[in-house]
Amino acid sequence: MTLAADKPRLTREHLLNLLKQMLRIRRFEDKCSELYTQEKIRGFMHLYDGEEAVAVGVIPILDKRDRIVATYREHGQALVRGVPMTTVMAEMYGKQEGCSRGRGGSMHLFDAATNFYGGNAIVGGGLPLAVGLALADKMWRNDLVTACFFGDGAVAEGEFHESMNLAALWELPILFVCENNLYAMGTALALSESETDIHRKAECYRITSEAVDGMDVVAVEAAARRAVHAVRESRKPYFLECRTYRLRAHSMFDPQLYREKSEVEARRKSEPILRFEQWLQDNHMIHPDELPRLEAEIDAEIAEAVAFAEAGTWEPVEQLTRFVYADATEATGRVTP
Amino acid sequence: MIQEPIKAETVEMTYREAVKQAIRDAIKRDERVFLMGEDVGRYGGCYAVSHGLLAEFGPERIRDTPLSESGFTGAGIGSAMAGMRPIVELMTVNFSLLALDQILNTAATMRHMSGNQFGVPVVIRMATGAGRQLAAQHSHSLEGWYAHIPGIKVLTPATLEDARGMLWTALQDPDPVLIFENVMLYNMTGKLAADAGPVDIAKAAVRREGRHISLITYGGSLWKTLEAATALALEGIEAEVIDLRSLRPLDDATIMASVAKTRHAVVVDEGWRTGSLAAEVGMRIIEQAFWSLDAPLGRVCSEEVPIPYPRHLEQAALPQAAKIVAAAKAALGKS
Repeated sequence: MTLAADKPRLTREHLLNLLKQMLRIRRFEDKCSELYTQEKIRGFMHLYDGEEAVAVGVIPILDKRDRIVATYREHGQALVRGVPMTTVMAEMYGKQEGCSRGRGGSMHLFDAATNFYGGNAIVGGGLPLAVGLALADKMWRNDLVTACFFGDGAVAEGEFHESMNLAALWELPILFVCENNLYAMGTALALSESETDIHRKAECYRITSEAVDGMDVVAVEAAARRAVHAVRESRKPYFLECRTYRLRAHSMFDPQLYREKSEVEARRKSEPILRFEQWLQDNHMIHPDELPRLEAEIDAEIAEAVAFAEAGTWEPVEQLTRFVYADATEATGRVTP
Repeated sequence: MIQEPIKAETVEMTYREAVKQAIRDAIKRDERVFLMGEDVGRYGGCYAVSHGLLAEFGPERIRDTPLSESGFTGAGIGSAMAGMRPIVELMTVNFSLLALDQILNTAATMRHMSGNQFGVPVVIRMATGAGRQLAAQHSHSLEGWYAHIPGIKVLTPATLEDARGMLWTALQDPDPVLIFENVMLYNMTGKLAADAGPVDIAKAAVRREGRHISLITYGGSLWKTLEAATALALEGIEAEVIDLRSLRPLDDATIMASVAKTRHAVVVDEGWRTGSLAAEVGMRIIEQAFWSLDAPLGRVCSEEVPIPYPRHLEQAALPQAAKIVAAAKAALGKS
């Protein structure tokens, strides 16, 4: 386990909170998976199993005023950011009490209250958006940071190149967080990139970059602390490549023909939660009864979220065309009566 | 050339100048407004619309961009979501296809997908249309495609008043607005009221009144259609010319009121015929005013060919006054 010198407050309470946040995501998604098989949740659903250390390491370092742009694999980011689990679960159900009023579903979690800009399900599509948010902050002379999450698949998109260049050229305060889980859906990184050392790509744009073990929450947090500090002070972009691994299928429809079970099993041994638990135990940072207590707290939160979603209501079909424009009455023109 | 009734003092200017004055005015009036696009600054704009604005407003508000249509259109969208009021200029509609992901998947969907939490008050301007012998990758009219997309508004200013007045209204709109400027209009000269200001962006306009047939058009084709109406008048046919102005939303009421009066209609559209905006307008007439019609509808659209380079072929591919006259007479059963 990395213990970087610039981690200021590795108190026991802080460490237990890191564990709790990772467990919240894991157990929430385990429940989602169960609910998916019960057909309570439908559509595409992409789980974060194995990658929790990235969101948990990065997001709490951001200020409440900062902005976050995420992908379709964003349950973890939303939960860590503080989008209530109740409204996230209601969104998974498609209920109008959901954080996007049920219009988005699993892939499109949004929350204005926490500056959470989604939930963007076109690979690479969130990067130009992040450039724009940061451009506005630059023009307003704000000191905010925009954190933009994306996967290794996005690196192959033209929008990645365009956004790296614009962010560096215009000196925009963006923290790019590449969640490199080695597979773009089913295509291994080595089969899609000529340069697989992704953070080196950022260097070509003269963006300060580093790679970090994305399965080590303490290492991610230490790197994120450096990175966010650098962005806030320099008002320039920073690129953090978090090397991680997706332990589950890409989505619920993926039979995983593209990788060996043995590979996943081997990776499972170094997954971030077990690894961190072990480290806490080895260093006597966690009492034996604390893990069950954390799990019980989380399970109660999940039960409340499920109850909230179950009790949620379906938007009346008469309201189908709401929210296409700010003023729906003038928006669509009048179609046939 | 027909203009709106002239108020008070007028000044003579080009359509290009009217667009430029609209941009200048917006930047002066609202600190959130800035112009961004390829060669809008030092070059002065591909069609010279923004010539001189860099010197007046500086590089932050007249922002030159790399050739990254998706990147800077997305940046416009993001900055709009964070409180700015950007005017994104895409040189031509053909290049806008490189930004289509951001326009369709982000700008048009954001409000709905986020459950009304985030709107995108961006304005995206671009040149459209053929006639300058720019061949098959710089000449198309795809505004009808964009009009297919819920979540955005699509404007086609054809007059100096609209070139001057639509931008400010579009910037006040809480949702994404696309403005299509036909390339053949930039050099058009006319008189504009010295105090010309914002205009509405939801209504069609009757540019010429008539009682025998409705000629429904927009953008660069407006002037060809008015020319056709003049020719028809010499033969005793009084054509009413409707300028749609906004392709989304479409002002059905103005269209149907005209058709109810004339009982005949021809739609003129520089887009390709198949799946065109003209098809949409025609179908709405069928849906809403079928029993008012005395004859089948007619259409004059571009030929189904990528726009060719040689002038005679390019012109043959486009709607022309003679074709509009012929279509109108056919609809009226006069050949």
